[in-house]
Amino acid sequence: MTTVINVPPSLDDATFEQVFEQLAPLPPDARLLIDARHARWASPYALTALLTLAQTRTERPGLAVPDAEETAGYWARTGFFKLADDLFELHGHVPRVRGGESSVLLEITPITRSEDVHDVVGRIQQKAQQILAHELNIDAKATVGFAMTLSEVCQNIVEHAGRGGFVAVQSYKWTKRLGRRVVQIAVCDAGIGFRRSLESLPGFVRDDRWDDASALEAALIRGTSRFRDRGRGQGLAGARRYVGRWDGKLSIRSGTARISIVPSWDEDVPMAEKLAPFPGAQVQVTIPERVTEQQRVATR
Amino acid sequence: MMQHIDVSRVLRQTVACDLYSNLVTRPTGAAVRAHIEALLREAPLRGGRALAVIDFSHVRMIDFSCADEVIAKLVLPYCEAPAADAADAYFVFRGVSDEHWDAIEAVLERHELALVLEEGGEVRVAGVLAEDERLVWGAVARLGSGDAAEVVRVLASQAERADGGIAPPSTAEVARLLERLHRRRVLMRLDDGYYVAVGAGALGDG
Repeated sequence: MTTVINVPPSLDDATFEQVFEQLAPLPPDARLLIDARHARWASPYALTALLTLAQTRTERPGLAVPDAEETAGYWARTGFFKLADDLFELHGHVPRVRGGESSVLLEITPITRSEDVHDVVGRIQQKAQQILAHELNIDAKATVGFAMTLSEVCQNIVEHAGRGGFVAVQSYKWTKRLGRRVVQIAVCDAGIGFRRSLESLPGFVRDDRWDDASALEAALIRGTSRFRDRGRGQGLAGARRYVGRWDGKLSIRSGTARISIVPSWDEDVPMAEKLAPFPGAQVQVTIPERVTEQQRVATR
Repeated sequence: MMQHIDVSRVLRQTVACDLYSNLVTRPTGAAVRAHIEALLREAPLRGGRALAVIDFSHVRMIDFSCADEVIAKLVLPYCEAPAADAADAYFVFRGVSDEHWDAIEAVLERHELALVLEEGGEVRVAGVLAEDERLVWGAVARLGSGDAAEVVRVLASQAERADGGIAPPSTAEVARLLERLHRRRVLMRLDDGYYVAVGAGALGDG
């Protein structure tokens, strides 16, 4: 019997929870059909998480591609179908890619080795500078911090996940939540997750309160790493500083919890617990357009 | 003799690819550091000392993991307990831009390290330093070379000019600070008991 997982029409980090919830009660070998026919929009987080979802299944799942030509075309331009072809049985019309997508700073890229991180950092720099400075009114100098953040969140996969994951970077107008343009980094893997990674620290002692939420808090807030080396654990701290400086949002979901550095423009909670379980870690970094003084005056 | 190490060149040799000008990922950082350490072992010594200029001028960006490997882990062993056969090595960091500084500053804070930066031919000390350490380092840099008594005289004259009413530290206190700054690799100790600010002059005749 095949279980149908319904994909919401608008698919982002918040609505993807509906997918995780439908998935949670099913064994890893259950036959699945991911029904994305009615999808109209998907964030880079959602697209990378969909690929990651397929990695967790022992039985290759089916994927019904979006009916809307525009949506399917966009997913194709992000490189989604190229990778999905190896992970899903695709049903429906998969459009051919014609030309690049200007809002896609980095098409969905697998990350398994350090060399992949070099590659994505090299590819992102020029385009990121253009987008950050011209579309988001952010100082061109912020490009370096952006690339550093991208590098560090990708390295988390290589160093801790125990299996490969995916990264995507995209800019778009986030009308629903913010009404401004944003640039978003999504990095998803289906590896061992933060809790199991930290449990491998030599001499680790589990206490009664130890769970996915406390593991995320230890990693992001206290810079704890599974390595004894004092220099470890700086990557996420650096990403956190960068996001804070540019009024951005950083959220990490792992296991059954999600921790967020929440800016004033967002209404998310700093820690969400008792979420539907999902392996690995799913990271999202959002940097919003800066409102210039001219724009501020115009909206008064 | 001063040894010049172009980090960008080391990076290209290490990863065997001309396309990389970004110092990113921990394995890359570790490989670059190993290469720099090998170059240091081959460096000619003067009076048992080696001075290396680590040049970041052609490095486009460096991330936190790489800064930890290439800078912190390079300098730390010489500050803590250098191997018996290790040279008395000192470092000057050249070409460090604002874009590099975020990552470098973070690792210096994490490990409570200080280092000497060279900008436009001038050297300055940066990183985690107490105010009295900065003052003593600055006094030695102005003197060219000096011992505790000479540094106290410079600090006393500075205090007098500033008329701040703050008494300069004692000779014993300055001697302690000089030794501490030497252990932190930002002052070089010569055989005659004098100290030289790293990068401010010649290696010293020993």
